Amino acid sequence: MLKVHNISKTFNPGTVNEKKALNGLSLELEEGDFVTILGSNGAGKSTLFGAIAGSFVVDTGSIHLDGMNITNLPDYKRSKFIGRLFQDPLKGTAPSMTIEENLALAYMRASSGTSPFSMISRKDRENFRERLAQLGLGLEDRMDHPVGLLSGGQRQALTLLMATLVTPKLLLLDEHTAALDPATAEKVLALTEQIVAENHITCLMITHNIPSALSLGNRTIMMNNGSIVLELAGEERANMTTERLLKVFHEQGISNDRILFSADTE
Amino acid sequence: MISTTVIMSALELGFIYALVALALFLSFRVLNIADMTTDGAFTLGCAVSATLAVAGHPLLALPSAMLAGACAGFVTAFLQTRLNIPSILAGIITNTGLYTVNLAVMGFSSNVNMLRNPTLFTLVQPWLGAFYKLIPAAVLTCLVGTLLVLFLRTRLGLSVRATGDNPDMVRASSINTGFTITVGLCLANSMTALSGAVLAQYQKTADINLGTGMVIIGLASLIIGETLMPKGKPWMKALGAILGSILYRFIIAIALRLDLPSECLKLISAVIVALAIGLPAIKSAVKPATKGGKA
Repeated sequence: MLKVHNISKTFNPGTVNEKKALNGLSLELEEGDFVTILGSNGAGKSTLFGAIAGSFVVDTGSIHLDGMNITNLPDYKRSKFIGRLFQDPLKGTAPSMTIEENLALAYMRASSGTSPFSMISRKDRENFRERLAQLGLGLEDRMDHPVGLLSGGQRQALTLLMATLVTPKLLLLDEHTAALDPATAEKVLALTEQIVAENHITCLMITHNIPSALSLGNRTIMMNNGSIVLELAGEERANMTTERLLKVFHEQGISNDRILFSADTE
Repeated sequence: MISTTVIMSALELGFIYALVALALFLSFRVLNIADMTTDGAFTLGCAVSATLAVAGHPLLALPSAMLAGACAGFVTAFLQTRLNIPSILAGIITNTGLYTVNLAVMGFSSNVNMLRNPTLFTLVQPWLGAFYKLIPAAVLTCLVGTLLVLFLRTRLGLSVRATGDNPDMVRASSINTGFTITVGLCLANSMTALSGAVLAQYQKTADINLGTGMVIIGLASLIIGETLMPKGKPWMKALGAILGSILYRFIIAIALRLDLPSECLKLISAVIVALAIGLPAIKSAVKPATKGGKA
């Protein structure tokens, strides 16, 4: 499904700010895989997402998605089949456009065979309403409200729906619940799990929360210094506990207050 | 007091200049770009229209002027999106260059008159009687306004709106912002040029300075319209722009009735625009943050 082969990326090469963000990283995902990614700040998690989504071109290596080489494809062409959510809930929606218009844009840009001048039909609108109702946030009755009036959690839930309205080949979740209050974060995470499962979406999720990294999805990887340092799946993953994983972190020489903190709060 | 003639001409001019207000609604409000190409594009529309009308093609003059305006918009968009020139400077550069282009279109003369040539308006005069100027101007503006509103509902139109609303989102979507900005500026300047084209035939003369200050007049109309229609869907805002333009012409007509020298009009327009755009800042300066107010 997704084949990332030996990719490297160095930012600001040849300057004092030179930063080797990705270091010969390889990763393979099967269809329907839900992989959670752990790692300290600066480990290269978001850079990996940037490379897959096409925010920049990698220095070496190749990226294939569903058999297609996307290594040099510009980001706006990739995002037709890659959905991406950021930590900042304000990033994924257009605030002065209504909920319906945001959904219409997401729907039409990801659908194949729409002309630049196509408009949404009554049937599409009914479909939007149904999908909004499934979020359980009451947004289906506010379709003509500007998105700017929604709360951060509502906006992030809407962004999630927009990214999956037309099922993407790959969904990238970059700490998409980190900026939300705990109760809302839990709700958005539950919605994520539900939508990903219902549509069998192949998904990569960055998180700093070890318990949810181990409980969500079917694989967990840990990154450090631009490489994958640990991969967990199957029984090994099922038997892994937060304490033991933290031990591994320390053995790897990774210590990070944020990880410790998120483990404590659980 | 104000005679029917004055009312009629305010309505006529209001509808004609409303096309500029609609253009600025698209570039300034929807795309969030202050498009300085407007002045030059307006004169370009005048020049193309007058030259073609003199050559005996008053109707062909309108689409030709729109095409010319779209080209001007394309140049600004190219400077901005491909050469990374800041948007305001890109518009000023195009505007400066257009001065020469506009003179060239008019055969290197600073004005062209169509006193003896048929125009769009004289062609329909036999059927429409006294309304021969108002009806074509109103129909054309309403048609363009309707098409603009419909366009904003299409996939491309929504993409253009999102580009102005949340560039972060657009960068993460399958939308090429360079393309949507180009489409928006081409459309906006074709509307501005159409306004100039109709105005030139309306007053049967084109002048190299007709477009001077047009961006401010357009903005004043747009902002007056926004006070009439403070919130709402795109069609209400477009309607607001048209109404604002008409109201602006009435304000001007009244000002002239009050024996205000016409030389003052540009200063008044400038003050209206500065005050209206600066209003939020003025409000917060006058009334310091109230209890429980947002920071």
